[in-house]
Amino acid sequence: MALDIVKVDSVREAAATIAASGDAYFLAGGTILARVANTGGFPVRTMVLSDGLGLDAIAVDGDTIEIGAAATMTRIAAEPRLAFLRPVAESIGGPAIRNMATVGGNLFARYPYGDFAVALLALDAEVTIEDAEKTRTTGLDDFLASAPAGGIVRALRFKLPPDGAFRFTKVVRKHPHGASVLSIAAVLPETGGKVSNARVAYGAMSERPMRAKAVEGALEGRALDAQTLENALKVATDGCQPQTDPQATDWYRMTVLPVHLKRLLSGEGRF
Amino acid sequence: MARVPVVFTVNGTEAAEFVEPGAMLSDVLRDKLDLTGTRVGCSQGTCGACTVMIDGELILSCLTPAQRVNGKSVVTIEGVATNGELDPIQQAFATGFATQCGFCTSGMIVAAKALLDANPDPSRDEVVDAISGNICRCTGYEPIINAILSAAAERRVAKSA
Ligand SMILES: Cc1cc2nc3c(=O)[nH]c(=O)nc-3n(C[C@H](O)[C@H](O)[C@H](O)COP(=O)(O)OP(=O)(O)OC[C@H]3O[C@@H](n4cnc5c(N)ncnc54)[C@H](O)[C@@H]3O)c2cc1C
Ligand code: FES
Ligand code: FES
Repeated sequence: MALDIVKVDSVREAAATIAASGDAYFLAGGTILARVANTGGFPVRTMVLSDGLGLDAIAVDGDTIEIGAAATMTRIAAEPRLAFLRPVAESIGGPAIRNMATVGGNLFARYPYGDFAVALLALDAEVTIEDAEKTRTTGLDDFLASAPAGGIVRALRFKLPPDGAFRFTKVVRKHPHGASVLSIAAVLPETGGKVSNARVAYGAMSERPMRAKAVEGALEGRALDAQTLENALKVATDGCQPQTDPQATDWYRMTVLPVHLKRLLSGEGRF
Repeated sequence: MARVPVVFTVNGTEAAEFVEPGAMLSDVLRDKLDLTGTRVGCSQGTCGACTVMIDGELILSCLTPAQRVNGKSVVTIEGVATNGELDPIQQAFATGFATQCGFCTSGMIVAAKALLDANPDPSRDEVVDAISGNICRCTGYEPIINAILSAAAERRVAKSA
């Protein structure tokens, strides 16, 4: 089926074009949307190109990082100030996918994808969205919890975590890069030997990337010792509703999550 | 819908065509430009058979609308040899039994070229990463990895000569 490819001059024009049509979508890397167009998963008649809109910048202001929505995984992996996010970006597909896949597109990825969004959730990122009339900013938690409300994601903003506080693990069957059995990202800042403001997020443990709030609660204000770990693991799967797909069954995901969470929290394994 | 013009460079030569709106680059390469070395295995981004380079970056042509490539420079498998001389990567694939049915080979070689152009002395892990988006159902990958490593050595010798 013929597809209309539209090039626009501004993000606002992109948002307005999409809002005015029922079957127009924003085309970032296309690693999800072009697949849909090729297979007719849902009707796509128009694609509005992200090209030339200046959405791919990465800016640092003090300890605040702003990543443009069209920044690719390759860009993230090459950015020295984002070295801690390199394992996340490099876990997403082979080199061609990483050259195409964007941070913004990752927020819309369907199960079990969305590994970068999992990291951004742990980083307490804010999302800036521009629609046909205004620009608004919202927490990524709320953004992911609500159905896509329209508008173009311009950027993701977060504070650099303290050195060594960010941890990430992704469990795959197809090596070196596969879709997630599950992924876990955590920011575990410590003050005076105690965890403060812990944030833990899971991928592929529910329909969208999710916070593990019970685990965060179990860690808060405590030293990361054996007792704390035991308390956290007891509530590891609270709120999880994984699915069964070619990577793993829902049962398997529920069963192995605590194993991987334990490794991540105790500092074993890869992150 | 009316056809739309696309103009880009492919393997150093200008290509100007009228294409179906939204046609993917892989289809334009194969059906319009007769560059059938680029394969289409899945149209899903999962097999890597359609891998080409756009402005020096590895890209999947099955997920790239041709209109997005306007004004850009595309290199396909047909552009890897120079003046009829096989690139050391192609030579190494041929001599190292790194190709059997051949379906994955174009994508593998273009992915290997992107790696070696940027990193002339890759480790084995870097080679594995470089072809990790490309599926081969025949060779078991080992001969491909070995061919790329020996081509890297060959290219380094050629450069220093
Ligand atoms: C072989 C393969 C392997 C993959 N592996 C992984 C993996 O391991 N982990 C993972 O997380 N993902 C994976 N993916 C999925 C995908 O590549 C990534 O999620 C990627 O980040 C999606 O970004 P994109 O730019 O390609 O999205 P697109 O396909 O361009 O867009 C996806 C959706 O998001 C919307 N959108 C995109 N950008 C914006 C924006 N700025 N504002 C508003 N809407 C927007 C689009 O309209 C569309 O509906 C894989 C895909 C393939 C094909
Ligand atoms: S045909 Fe493009 S990745 Fe398979
Ligand atoms: S040689 Fe047959 S798929 Fe690789």
